Amino acid sequence: MSTQPATAPATAAHRLELLRQMLRIRRFEEKCAELYSAGKIRGFLHLYIGEEAVAAGALQALTADDAVLATYREHGHALVRGMAADVLMAEMFGKAQGCCRGRGGSMHLFDGALRFYGGSAIVGGGLPLAVGLALADTLQHRARVTACFFGDGAVAEGEFHEAMNLASLWKLPVLFLCENNLYAMGTRIERAQAQTDLARKAAAYAMPGKTVDGMDVEAVEAAAVRAAAHVRNGGGPIFLEFRTYRYRAHSMFDAELYRDKREVEEWKTRDPIATFDARLRLEGVLTDETRAALDRAVEKEMDEAVRFADAGTLEPIEDLTKDVYTPR
Amino acid sequence: MATEVRAPVRTVTYREALRDAHREALQRDPRVFLMGEDVGRYGGSYAVSKGLLEEFGPDRIRDTPLSESTFVGAGIGAALGGMRPIVEVMTVNFSLLALDQIVNNAATIRHMSGGQFSVPLVIRMATGAGKQLAAQHAHSFEGWYAHIPGLRIVAPATVEDARGMLWTALEDPDPVIIFEHQTLYNMEGPLAADAGAVDLDRAAVRRQGRDVSLVTYGGSLGKALQAADQLAAGDGIDAEVIDLRTLRPLDTATILASVRRTRRAVIVDEGWRSGGLSAEISARIMEGAFYDLDAPVARVCTAEVPIPYAKHLEDAALPQAATIVDAVRGVMGQHA
Ligand SMILES: Cc1ncc(C[n+]2csc(CCOP(=O)(O)OP(=O)(O)O)c2C)c(N)n1
Ligand SMILES: [Mg+2]
Repeated sequence: MSTQPATAPATAAHRLELLRQMLRIRRFEEKCAELYSAGKIRGFLHLYIGEEAVAAGALQALTADDAVLATYREHGHALVRGMAADVLMAEMFGKAQGCCRGRGGSMHLFDGALRFYGGSAIVGGGLPLAVGLALADTLQHRARVTACFFGDGAVAEGEFHEAMNLASLWKLPVLFLCENNLYAMGTRIERAQAQTDLARKAAAYAMPGKTVDGMDVEAVEAAAVRAAAHVRNGGGPIFLEFRTYRYRAHSMFDAELYRDKREVEEWKTRDPIATFDARLRLEGVLTDETRAALDRAVEKEMDEAVRFADAGTLEPIEDLTKDVYTPR
Repeated sequence: MATEVRAPVRTVTYREALRDAHREALQRDPRVFLMGEDVGRYGGSYAVSKGLLEEFGPDRIRDTPLSESTFVGAGIGAALGGMRPIVEVMTVNFSLLALDQIVNNAATIRHMSGGQFSVPLVIRMATGAGKQLAAQHAHSFEGWYAHIPGLRIVAPATVEDARGMLWTALEDPDPVIIFEHQTLYNMEGPLAADAGAVDLDRAAVRRQGRDVSLVTYGGSLGKALQAADQLAAGDGIDAEVIDLRTLRPLDTATILASVRRTRRAVIVDEGWRSGGLSAEISARIMEGAFYDLDAPVARVCTAEVPIPYAKHLEDAALPQAATIVDAVRGVMGQHA
């Protein structure tokens, strides 16, 4: 996580960092898929592979004081925000060394120090919380931003509309970040939305709305940095729609009956990592050696994360009911 | 022993006691603010917050749009962000639109996050029937909420508790829901000038008695006390009346101690009988005092119908002093 929002022009080091973050997400999740098959990870597992540019780019706009809320597809957001891969992997394993002591699992990542407020698996359920966190900042005269990620599916929920309205009505510093991957489980956006141009919805709440290429990490970053500055300076909330695509099944239980494999292959030609890699090479920022070194470092990090999680311990059963209430 | 110096006592309504509690909280703690539908300009749908907007301004007395889920969720977020919000929901039936936020977020976040975050949120709402408001404004869902680990549920039944529970709830690090029975707002009662915070841990014995324990809370307390007076005068039955005050966690010890003495219990609950709070209390008595009982536990609950509008039907649906008297006679073996 950067402590300062990036300002133009991006340095080579910063661009390589964007690439590294995307690689970390992808490699972490590829490991997760293997570990799921191996029975080390259970429950619901939603992979973000294909969408890495959104988390990697958008989170560059935040400072350490800002807040982040995400969905159940949030491994990438947690990693980029600064959660250590080993702590995250331990949570996936249900181990006491995980960020939530293994109580949340894949869908419920929280980290107080990172101001990472979940990890919510009720579609749309995080948006009202984001409004409240932003209200708390406003009432306490803190110039902070609350960034709230959610999917295209959430846009159909009432809470989306209520939260957009309230945030705009009260001019609260919320960054609404919609990850439009075209599908809510098996329901393609045309089958769920009368208005599929999601950015236009913001107009109904007198809020600026913008569509961004979610496969281009630099486009994502640029849009998010601009929007965050506006929000931070008291301009009120902004809605950004990132057009992106999930390569994998919705979760590990999805037979993918609802889409054509060719569509997936077509989107893969716009892969956020491959296209950015090519751009960096073209512009002389990336060489074979740098890329190989990046891959090796990421591979090592994730191998160590798996070892850490494997070696982790289980929370004692005596602590089962601990923290239902705050100790007093 | 020093003579006790008592503060002067005045007569106030339950509504005024609640308003005083808000005023005190807003004065004492800058993190406290009130938000909900029509709490400001309108003065609150039950006029609890009348005048507070003028006194504390629109930052702290916040009118919200009609969006229960989002303003309750925003209360959770604001609590996470360091504030001490009081969220007013007009009526318990409307709180169902915010059930997701209350149950899936407020109640879960502490445990699910491995103890990283507490949600110091207070939600207040009107509950219960008796004002001919029919089937979408008059139910008693506090028993549902009392089902949920992570929440604390309280039901002030007296002016003193209306005055004192709010501050204690605000000091609680976890979400507290305060259920205010809609027939109580105009109730008058004595309140010491120096009345302040009260505990939220113990049930209160509102009337001591030897023969039977009447276990109740909220809007039914008055009816239970009335029934106890009638039983004393007409039947020579000396009923003890327990006001639960807190519905989660239940003060089982106070209930069991009473039942072990009286050996009989009648539970009075305006919720429905099936799967309700009265069933839970009855089960706890069975688990903890079965061999002390001289009669099966009896229950007086609301008839299993949506609350009807017509006065005679609404009256017939609800627990009343007369039905409580009958139930007590039943457990005393004095069937009519
Ligand atoms: C309120 C609610 N309804 C239904 C579900 C089941 N569900 C889980 S994910 C999902 C699709 C959400 O799609 P979207 O918001 O586009 O996010 P994506 O999975 O594409 O990232 C559904 C229907 C849920 N978790 N919550
Ligand atoms: Mg989607």
